[in-house]
Amino acid sequence: MNDIFVNTAYFGIVLSLLTYWLAVQIRKKLNYPIFNPLLMSALFSILVLVVFKIDYQTYNQGAQYISFLLTPSTVCLAVPLYKQSQILLKHLDAIIMSIFSGCLAGMVCIVVLCVLFHADDVLLFSMLPKSITTAIAMGISQLVHGNVTVTVGVVIMTGIFGAMVAKTVLRIFRIDHPIAVGLACGNSAHAIGTAKALEFGEIEGAMSSLSIVIAGLLTVFLAPFIASFFS
Amino acid sequence: MKYIHQFLIIMLISFIGELLSLLLPFPIPASVYGLIILLVCLFTGLIRLKDIEDVADWLILIMPVLFVPSAVSLMNVGEQLFADLLVICVVLVISTIVVMVTTGKVAQYMIERKEKREHE
Repeated sequence: MNDIFVNTAYFGIVLSLLTYWLAVQIRKKLNYPIFNPLLMSALFSILVLVVFKIDYQTYNQGAQYISFLLTPSTVCLAVPLYKQSQILLKHLDAIIMSIFSGCLAGMVCIVVLCVLFHADDVLLFSMLPKSITTAIAMGISQLVHGNVTVTVGVVIMTGIFGAMVAKTVLRIFRIDHPIAVGLACGNSAHAIGTAKALEFGEIEGAMSSLSIVIAGLLTVFLAPFIASFFS
Repeated sequence: MKYIHQFLIIMLISFIGELLSLLLPFPIPASVYGLIILLVCLFTGLIRLKDIEDVADWLILIMPVLFVPSAVSLMNVGEQLFADLLVICVVLVISTIVVMVTTGKVAQYMIERKEKREHE
């Protein structure tokens, strides 16, 4: 099958959109967190690629045009942020403090667990930037001598997992203020969490976009600092 | 023509962001530079909301689908993740929830304290 598809540009696009559309239909019928559209869509796509023995490269020939839109799409997150700028300025202290504590708590948690499990340092360094957006995480992983491939995998898995459990976790811990909900989603699950936060509402989405930027920049400084204790 | 002009502005900002990420020695991606540039342009009035709003709303709306190819790319890193899969999963699940709850609780506490003070 791979031979036929090697030269097509639309196969990857069609497969991505089709599986996502299917996943959304399933979600409408069965509304459980495990049926997260992104997770289902990725699993269906991988299944098709494996069953028909098609390489990721062949798929990505078309799919890259979907990923290509991620940069302009992320740039546009400035729009909800701008619309909510009054809230942003009013609660700037709470926003900065909560993102900082979240980042720090996350990294301390990763270090403690890795030490408990006797994980090697490379794995620890690869996981340190796991809650921030992929591109920054890759840069940090390189900076602290982690394994960039592992980092990318862990970052995506974190995003999917965070989006999956957000609603339940936030309800259990009684986090219901729109600003707090948005910050929690964006800080733990970066852009994938933000896509989820936008489903909750515009304020949630704006706060989540904001935490991608702030958490990303904070981690650039925090991760090398924490990593320096281990090398 | 409206959409072309809006698309042009967004792509131009993405392009400037890309140039910055290539030229500056920080591990910051084009999208983050672009987001900051667009935000500054909106605040200074250099770009008005209606100059980009339609296309921007559409791009944000389709955002979840845009992650599908990166999620599918997990099939390539499977082997490297497999060796430590158990540790990775445990750390991932616990730390993601810790970040979510810490961030949310701190924000909620500080905002409610402020709102309570305003009511008094």
